[in-house]
Amino acid sequence: MSFPVPEITDVNRPYWDGLAAGELRYQHCKCCGNNWLPAREHCPQCLSPDREWRASSGKGTILSWVVYRHAYAPHLADRLPYDVTAVELDEGARLLTNIVNGDEGRKLSVGARVALCIENEEGVSLPRFKLTDPK
Amino acid sequence: MRGKVSITGVGHTTWGKHPGRDRVALIVEAAAKAIADAGLEKDEIDAVLVKQPNSAPGILYGQKVAEALGLRPTIGLNLDQGGAACTSLLQYGSLAIEAGMIKNALIVYGDTPRTGSRAALHRPRGDDAIMGWYSVAAGYAMIHQAYQQRYSSAPEEFGIFAVQMRANGAENPNAHLRSPLTMDEYLAGGKLIDPLRKDDFCLVSDGAAAIVIGATADARDRSRAVPLLGMGQGQESWEVHLRPDILRTKAEDSANMAFKMAGIDRKDLSFAQIYDCFTVTVLQTLEDYGLAPRGTAGKKALAEGIGLDGWLPLNTSGGLLSESGTPGLQLIIEGVRQMRGEATLQVKDPRFGLITNQGGTMHTHATIIVGQPS
Repeated sequence: MSFPVPEITDVNRPYWDGLAAGELRYQHCKCCGNNWLPAREHCPQCLSPDREWRASSGKGTILSWVVYRHAYAPHLADRLPYDVTAVELDEGARLLTNIVNGDEGRKLSVGARVALCIENEEGVSLPRFKLTDPK
Repeated sequence: MRGKVSITGVGHTTWGKHPGRDRVALIVEAAAKAIADAGLEKDEIDAVLVKQPNSAPGILYGQKVAEALGLRPTIGLNLDQGGAACTSLLQYGSLAIEAGMIKNALIVYGDTPRTGSRAALHRPRGDDAIMGWYSVAAGYAMIHQAYQQRYSSAPEEFGIFAVQMRANGAENPNAHLRSPLTMDEYLAGGKLIDPLRKDDFCLVSDGAAAIVIGATADARDRSRAVPLLGMGQGQESWEVHLRPDILRTKAEDSANMAFKMAGIDRKDLSFAQIYDCFTVTVLQTLEDYGLAPRGTAGKKALAEGIGLDGWLPLNTSGGLLSESGTPGLQLIIEGVRQMRGEATLQVKDPRFGLITNQGGTMHTHATIIVGQPS
């Protein structure tokens, strides 16, 4: 298995275009006000298709995380050990990400504040984060 | 509905490795044992309910299994609901029996991930794979981390479940893994994905299992027909990181429904067979079910025990952590052995038994409560 390039569709293109342009976008429901990720055609709360993309402040909070010590695909071997962290943006949308200054997970904690730190890998701009107040 | 349908037959292949065996052939082997155990002829089976094999999802798989069994059943299907599927199938079969559509349903599962492909267990997980999000285990690691952070849990609170299941498996002559585990060995176990230790993971086993259900009144041998007293389901459905609370799922609703239907209290349980794909799943399930307050399941297990003489005997044949990593049916089969008085680690005079199945990363959940044969 090689690097898993995302499948770009009409629905999620603004998300990846946004990252390439330096911002993290989430979807906002113009009917009920819900904010969410990943990209969908309908609001999962009220099912309205009336939605728009908004730019996040890039600030968020850690919900939980894991640290891989085993590479489940060959391209991941060079990254070991690496974290995958669940983050809730201040606007409410959530995503899985990596924390660039987490010291292999040792500095991570639930509730820790993080800020967007876009990194390029294999030509794709990825929404990574950094701890804003590392202990 | 309460008690009107019973599990009348159970059967399984050996657990462990079946190199070169076809998974459908394993299912036929287990099904033949279950049908014979129920005292039925093959042609009396009028529903073939199959859980999709994790390693090889296929089109019309339920029909492929029915054909191998030489059956043209009234109801035949293949269900994808992860590890909750076998218990859910049992419930749908019960409803069809109660509705008079069928008389005897066969519920089966078989797979060969041990000697065949483990790709399903290691798979990239959708668009999040680009962040390195791979494997089934990672989702459970995320929940395990959230649990130990919220409740400041010691590793031993997870380890006690691995240690007890391995002790139970060591007593089970049919278990895939019969080597006991000490707490020190658990704590020293290597990590593939923090915070999971090696022995937090269930086994990966080849094998197949089958059960037969039918109307209790029609059972060939009422003394061995184990009645279904309560059923419940609750499908969380959302991915782990998108759940409003990462430590809450719909398992709680599944339990409430089953206890209400059975008309019993939590304290009436004689034992529980709880889906233990990872140790955290057992803690979460015990707490979702109201069997221990939030954050205390491990402490309670350490203090009061979960063996035969403990607070609540758990996974008495070893569960997924020691008997077989097969998703679910072995727990139902052990519940049946207990109620029939045929278990290796037999609970004394059990009155009510709880069996839970769940799948995905706690995406799906199903519950049954069984009672004494009449």
